[in-house]
Amino acid sequence: MTILGAADSGPSCYSRFVNEWFCWQYVEDRHEQITDALVEHVLITLAALALGIAIALPLALVARRLPRLESAVLGFSTGVYTVPSLALLPLLVPFTGLSAATVVIGLGLYALTILVRALLDGLRSVPDDVREAARGLGYGRARMLTRIEMPLALPVVMAGLRVAAVSTIALTTVGTLVAYGGLGDLISHGVQRDFRAELMTAAVLCVVLAVVLDVVLVLLQRVLTPWTAGAR
Amino acid sequence: MDLFAETGRYLLDPDSWTGAGGLVARLLEQLLLTATALVAAMLLGLPLALWLGHLGKGGFLAVNVSNVGRAVPTFALLALLVAADWPGSADFGPYGRAGLATLIALVLFALPPLITNGYVGMREVPSDVQEAADGMGMSPVQRFRRVELPLALPVVASGVRLALVQVWATATIAALVAGPGLGRIITEGFARNDYAQGMAGAVVVALVALVLELAAAAVQRAVDPMPRGPSPDRDDAVSVPSTTVAEAPTGS
Repeated sequence: MTILGAADSGPSCYSRFVNEWFCWQYVEDRHEQITDALVEHVLITLAALALGIAIALPLALVARRLPRLESAVLGFSTGVYTVPSLALLPLLVPFTGLSAATVVIGLGLYALTILVRALLDGLRSVPDDVREAARGLGYGRARMLTRIEMPLALPVVMAGLRVAAVSTIALTTVGTLVAYGGLGDLISHGVQRDFRAELMTAAVLCVVLAVVLDVVLVLLQRVLTPWTAGAR
Repeated sequence: MDLFAETGRYLLDPDSWTGAGGLVARLLEQLLLTATALVAAMLLGLPLALWLGHLGKGGFLAVNVSNVGRAVPTFALLALLVAADWPGSADFGPYGRAGLATLIALVLFALPPLITNGYVGMREVPSDVQEAADGMGMSPVQRFRRVELPLALPVVASGVRLALVQVWATATIAALVAGPGLGRIITEGFARNDYAQGMAGAVVVALVALVLELAAAAVQRAVDPMPRGPSPDRDDAVSVPSTTVAEAPTGS
């Protein structure tokens, strides 16, 4: 049926003979496949970011108490981020196999390195006199952290989260090495088969996804820190 | 873990190091790629960034180019360059198949940290030092060469270091589009279900990355005209305050 249809109207713009870069016909015909890849991409990214935050927060809080641990944590995170993503994923394979977990953990480690730094910088940016005032008002350590320090650290932390989010979106494509790369799988397939429409569509979607996530995070930051609206 | 034993055996086997597609050949290929791309990016990006920083113009562009660079997926750009009619996946001298496409991508990804740090480094030279230089009767060229450049050098060197890490990582990813370099050992291993080979390639890539990073950190310390104590991380924590975007991974 599809062959007949194609014969009626000439070769479609993504046929092997035309192979155009931009082809809406491709998006229409393969929208299920594209949506699946897009959803996988988003899920892997969000899982990696969640993992990064979940580990970075306690790590940063402990590192803040113990200066010696802080340099160890920062040294470790510099080391992790020095390792290229294509090398980090194989190193995780013995533990997690060829699964989405490999990609999530690998990208989570990269996100972690950015987030720990951002959290430490953010907490350090809280003015000392504010802390003293809070202590004078009878705030304990826990309440000081949740009510005073975290809100004030939020702008710096959110800046770090934006960096982590955007680079995680871009890095998820490399997950195609273990066949869990979201849009990266389409890119990989596109290169192997010289399928330009697939390649370009996936690449554009990647960039769009990064921009959308960045905008969402900016809006989230506006909502969470309404007092910075005037300063920006 | 059996896989670890197999990986060790692969790494100890001399056959896996020698030969046309062996580890040594791939390592040299990737080092050549990395060095060429880094030098090209420095020749292109640093004069522009230092000049803009000297004039104090174009700051928005210079600082944001890093953010844009991070949003562009390395893999997607490499794939587009290889699939395009030019540069395509043709042979390029000693750089091997798809070498030119890889080189272009590497240079593009090395530019953002170089430009951002070059600009920020120049802008961070204290204005009273610049005024003192003017007051001593230095010409703008003298001020640039003898005052601003030495003071900016640690931040500029930190940008070069970031670019180096970035280029090495990107050169590894080039293998996903059949480019040259050590990544080929990894992707070939995975394609043939020979995970020991994939692991071995990853180990070599990671180790060389760490060695390059440590060497770059040592160079960075050496060019600092005002060493500020022995803390190994001060360059990350101190020299680029508030513009820590420049210190973050850029889609490696």
